[in-house]
Amino acid sequence: MVDFDEHIARALIARHAAREGPLLPILHDLQAEFGWIPEEAVRLVAHVLNLSRAEVHGVVSFYHDFRDAPEPRPVLKLCRAESCQARGADALAVHAEAVAGDRIAIETVYCLGLCSVGPNALTGRDHLHARLDAGAIDALVAAL
Amino acid sequence: MSLVFFLSDDALALACGAERVAAALRAHAPDAEIRRTSSWGMHWLEPLLEVERGGVRTGYGPVTAADVPAILAGEAEHLALGPVDGHPFIAAQTRLTFARAGRTRPLDLGDYRATGGWRGLERAREIGPAAVLDAVTRSGLRGRGGAGFPAGIKWKTVAEAAGPVKYIVCNADEGDSGTFADRMLMEGDPYCLIEGMAIAGFATGANKAFVYIRSEYPHAIAKMRAAVEASAGIVAPFAIEIREGAGAYVCGEETSLLNSIEGRRGEVRAKPPLPAHEGLFGRPTVINNVLTLAAIPFILAEGPEAYAEFGMGRSRGTMPIQLAGNIRQGGLFETAFGATLGELVIDIGGGTASGRSVRAVQVGGPLGAYFPPSLFDTPFDYEAFAARDGLIGHGGITVFDDSVDMARQARFAMAFCAAESCGKCTPCRLGSTRGVETIDRIIAARAAAPTPVRAELVGTQSTAGQPLPSLSTAEKKGSTSTSSVQTEKGQAELTAALTLIEDLCETMKFGSLCALGGFTPYPVLSALHHFPEDFGGAAETAPAGSEA
Ligand SMILES: Cc1cc2nc3c(=O)[nH]c(=O)nc-3n(C[C@H](O)[C@H](O)[C@H](O)COP(=O)(O)O)c2cc1C
Ligand code: SF4
Ligand code: FES
Repeated sequence: MVDFDEHIARALIARHAAREGPLLPILHDLQAEFGWIPEEAVRLVAHVLNLSRAEVHGVVSFYHDFRDAPEPRPVLKLCRAESCQARGADALAVHAEAVAGDRIAIETVYCLGLCSVGPNALTGRDHLHARLDAGAIDALVAAL
Repeated sequence: MSLVFFLSDDALALACGAERVAAALRAHAPDAEIRRTSSWGMHWLEPLLEVERGGVRTGYGPVTAADVPAILAGEAEHLALGPVDGHPFIAAQTRLTFARAGRTRPLDLGDYRATGGWRGLERAREIGPAAVLDAVTRSGLRGRGGAGFPAGIKWKTVAEAAGPVKYIVCNADEGDSGTFADRMLMEGDPYCLIEGMAIAGFATGANKAFVYIRSEYPHAIAKMRAAVEASAGIVAPFAIEIREGAGAYVCGEETSLLNSIEGRRGEVRAKPPLPAHEGLFGRPTVINNVLTLAAIPFILAEGPEAYAEFGMGRSRGTMPIQLAGNIRQGGLFETAFGATLGELVIDIGGGTASGRSVRAVQVGGPLGAYFPPSLFDTPFDYEAFAARDGLIGHGGITVFDDSVDMARQARFAMAFCAAESCGKCTPCRLGSTRGVETIDRIIAARAAAPTPVRAELVGTQSTAGQPLPSLSTAEKKGSTSTSSVQTEKGQAELTAALTLIEDLCETMKFGSLCALGGFTPYPVLSALHHFPEDFGGAAETAPAGSEA
């Protein structure tokens, strides 16, 4: 996570501004850069795309992916959807919360498309973990 | 003797450790070639490694890095699978859409063309748009995203719509738990989807496509971006843009998805207007699921009759069925419509992974019904499932063993609807929250029911060795030992809550704009009706879970 920087934000917005429907690609890039969507970024996006701030806020708050507050801790996204439930994800989530303590954020994701080899988790942008059990969670949490 | 390895770089193989296997191969056989292919779809065997020695190809799986030296020394008989294309799980399939799965390198244009790639697009350009529309209609292809709407009719509507600008939108939001065929297709055979979209554009007069891929699929997004770039010249002047979702299940609903691409909140639009008339940016738009579009190249290259020859009734062709959850042999099984649920779960899937008996299967994702084994004779067909108050949806089958608590599953269905509702209709937004509260009351009150809650389950759970523990176990054990003093009051509370949940489901069914609110009653009511013993009632006469 880096502090908000208006120059960087302007450059990211400019990359997409000419596209059809630029708002989601812009918000994704801003979040990838800053780790969340700061208020200054909302104001800037609204200004450049000629939208109201309320409209941009409305979009940010609608989608689960966009954060309106920073999350400084490492994040482990554990799948809690039905196919992973059928393979023990609920009990594993209790265990994960316990070992994560305050150091790691355990978040819920609904399906990673690996539904035959659950319970599954995602760390970072694209690091997937399958066939998790308590031991695997311990190792994952320790490595984060 | 030349040595070539074949190892998938599909997200599931990576999640199961394929990269560690690749590193071990490089360390132990530095001169050998490693080809990163798509996945065969036999997920319980991933990472699946194929070794070609002097032209003979043998599979091994599931392989860990530690197994590599033994495999190279020819001493890993316990992992050997023989020729993978002859494996019973593969040989039993009819792979039309997934014909290349396991066989080609996803981004290799040479592999694609050598296996019949672009023949459908070439054929389309030869015969012209009207003949393409006719072929798609005659194939009988219905939308694979869930609703099963005939693709030919949708395309024809857009082709006939006036206007210089039209769009193709590929729905790759695949939010249903228990489904992964869109992901596998995009990661394993991206040019097939691109070819399907280009044919759709040619037939309808659309020059631009958007592929809306959920953000939970970073590998599919990367592969599709690379494939779009590499094939741009082949499909030109048709242009394709990849768009990333942002973690909202409802954005799989077609009008919500269009709003999302336009940069709005993913709220569902009222229909009419249909997207075919006024879709993306108000223009005529074809919106199809990944599998619908990926079926198109075969239909054009081999002819609509070759596709329609498979299937049953009004469900023509094949369906890539996804076997998921607590299943021994999970993965992708493409087959003609008509196989029964029991054949798929027991004969093909091998029953549960935990070794316990199958108690319930949810078909069609979070909005699909739960079926007990007593309904395992239901053939995989749109109409047959509808006749039994279920749906096939996007073709996902999630298996649960006998440790499942169906009241908890019903509660989850309501909670999921509450979490993912776009907020537009009251029955969906508020009804689902009331649903969660009501099921909580049922769970609290069922302890007092005259029939002890699934005493037989408590019995089996005392035997040790439950490999896949479930949270609900402890609660259920506690619940049976409640004294009968509270019985009367509890029974009244239970009856009231059960009536309320039925009413709530009726209201949601008929008062919701889209299937999120409208179909959440399917999992809830099917759980309640087929597994009443988990809700404090008496078991169905043909007890669920007694077979299999
Ligand atoms: C809540 C909800 C979620 C949906 N999710 C998806 C999805 O992830 N993928 C999909 O193709 N269709 C999904 N659909 C169905 C689409 O609205 C639409 O029917 C489909 O994209 C049409 O394409 P097809 O005719 O090729 O199936 C969903 C529908 C609803 C109501
Ligand atoms: S049923 Fe639910 S998700 Fe669908 S439009 Fe209504 S509120 Fe939105
Ligand atoms: S349900 Fe967990 S990966 Fe699909």
